[in-house]
Amino acid sequence: MNARKNFDKNLQELQNKMLEMNKLTISAFEKAFTAFKTQDIELALRVIDEDTAIDNLDQEINQFAVWLIAKEQPFATDLRRIIASLKITSDIERIADFAVNIAKATAKIGKTESLMNITKLEQMNETSLKMLNMAVSAFIDGNMAFAKEVAALDDIVDNAYAETYKSITEYLRQHPEETTQLVQLLFISRYLERTADHITNIAESAAYLIKGQIYDLNQ
Amino acid sequence: MIQEVKEENVALMKQSERTSKIRVKDLSLFYGDKQALYDVSLTIEEKKVTALIGPSGCGKSTFLRTLNRMNDLIDGVKINGDILIDNEDIYKSNDVIKLRTKVGMVFQKPNLFPMSIYDNVAYGPRAQGIKNKKELNKIVEESLRGAAIWDEVKDRLKSSALGLSGGQQQRVCIARAIAMKPDVILMDEPTSALDPISTLKVEELIAQLKKEYTIVIVTHNMQQAARVSDKTAFFLSGEIVEYDVTNNVFSNPKDQRTEDYVTGRFG
Ligand SMILES: Nc1ncnc2c1ncn2[C@@H]1O[C@H](COP(=O)(O)OP(=O)(O)OP(=O)(O)O)[C@@H](O)[C@H]1O
Ligand SMILES: [Mg+2]
Repeated sequence: MNARKNFDKNLQELQNKMLEMNKLTISAFEKAFTAFKTQDIELALRVIDEDTAIDNLDQEINQFAVWLIAKEQPFATDLRRIIASLKITSDIERIADFAVNIAKATAKIGKTESLMNITKLEQMNETSLKMLNMAVSAFIDGNMAFAKEVAALDDIVDNAYAETYKSITEYLRQHPEETTQLVQLLFISRYLERTADHITNIAESAAYLIKGQIYDLNQ
Repeated sequence: MIQEVKEENVALMKQSERTSKIRVKDLSLFYGDKQALYDVSLTIEEKKVTALIGPSGCGKSTFLRTLNRMNDLIDGVKINGDILIDNEDIYKSNDVIKLRTKVGMVFQKPNLFPMSIYDNVAYGPRAQGIKNKKELNKIVEESLRGAAIWDEVKDRLKSSALGLSGGQQQRVCIARAIAMKPDVILMDEPTSALDPISTLKVEELIAQLKKEYTIVIVTHNMQQAARVSDKTAFFLSGEIVEYDVTNNVFSNPKDQRTEDYVTGRFG
């Protein structure tokens, strides 16, 4: 069946674009966090610059998905796959924005003695990246176990966020002269916590594709 | 949004327990030695649209025709099982005329008689013995209005029905079915010979008609089934593979064969 083959090719193309966007976002995230850790302002500015490419891909994927829906009037798994791709794409786009936010915070902190070791930001960042890889694999391979694992990892990030919040506010009381950096660190921890939530959404979209039901993994 | 749809499904299912119009149990049908339906069981709800889908030759039309005993007209047909309409076994009663009045049918191609629009619609009621001119006028107008074609034909009731467009003819066919004051209307691919605009008109009409009638429609157009029906039955090789709320059948079918069919992967 030729029309079906063509549709499958289009679905593959949609998935490829999404994977490309995910790759760029992971790279943006890694760069942003490296810039933050090493106080590399130039690298941080590059992350901000490069976000345009991710936004463009986001729009491209949206248009492509809308066109596919109009053209194929998809049903069942096809329909769920396209809807899930749309939702995942918008989550990835938000995650890329958080990378930009971290880069901006890095620029604001500038070059100074880092107080990073009073936080759990490193752990939050590592866990988030691991979650993102798992959530996207859950979608691509239809792996429900991965989707559930992502939700479990989100709890680790939430706990790390709570701890980080506590230690930053405590430290701030004793060292008000560090307010500028501490406020930015607090922001960054918040960005990472939100990033993990969006990744959990991606896992939910994967679960929707796999099971055909709405899952609320975010609790 | 999706949560709402789910609740709607649950509501529909609950309703189905209360308002079944047609109940089919273990229905098998043979054309001579050749079996066309295998132990088909399903319940059709009152004042709902039920769509029958499936590949060519799977038995949709055969099944539809069993509901008003149109298969009786074919030589060598043997039927086992029960069909109850309003709790009455239609194969136990001998009054086939009464049954066909209660269960009307609209076919794939408009099959109007070569006579005026008026006479086409009045044909059934006249055959039932209604002669009063006023009464006939009333039935004709009501039926044509009910079929959403009155405004288009009211000035030409006496001209030949065959002069109408295909889409108009199909709606006059529906009017002719309505004129018999049926409970159930069976439609076998009623829009397959129509252009997209006429098709949409007939679909709108179906949505209107279900307020008063129980409708069973065979269609090869999946989008149409998804648009017009409340429940959908997927037939394959004379069996029902899946029968569920339409939304489930098209967004999350349970059986892989249904999935393959609705996504066009079949065969
Ligand atoms: N009058 C008949 N005599 C013998 N076999 C018949 C007769 N009518 C239908 N059949 C056979 O019964 C099976 C079911 O036919 P049916 O017309 O019900 O299929 P269908 O699902 O309506 O197909 P389509 O989508 O092409 O209209 C087919 O194998 C067909 O060849
Ligand atoms: Mg048929």
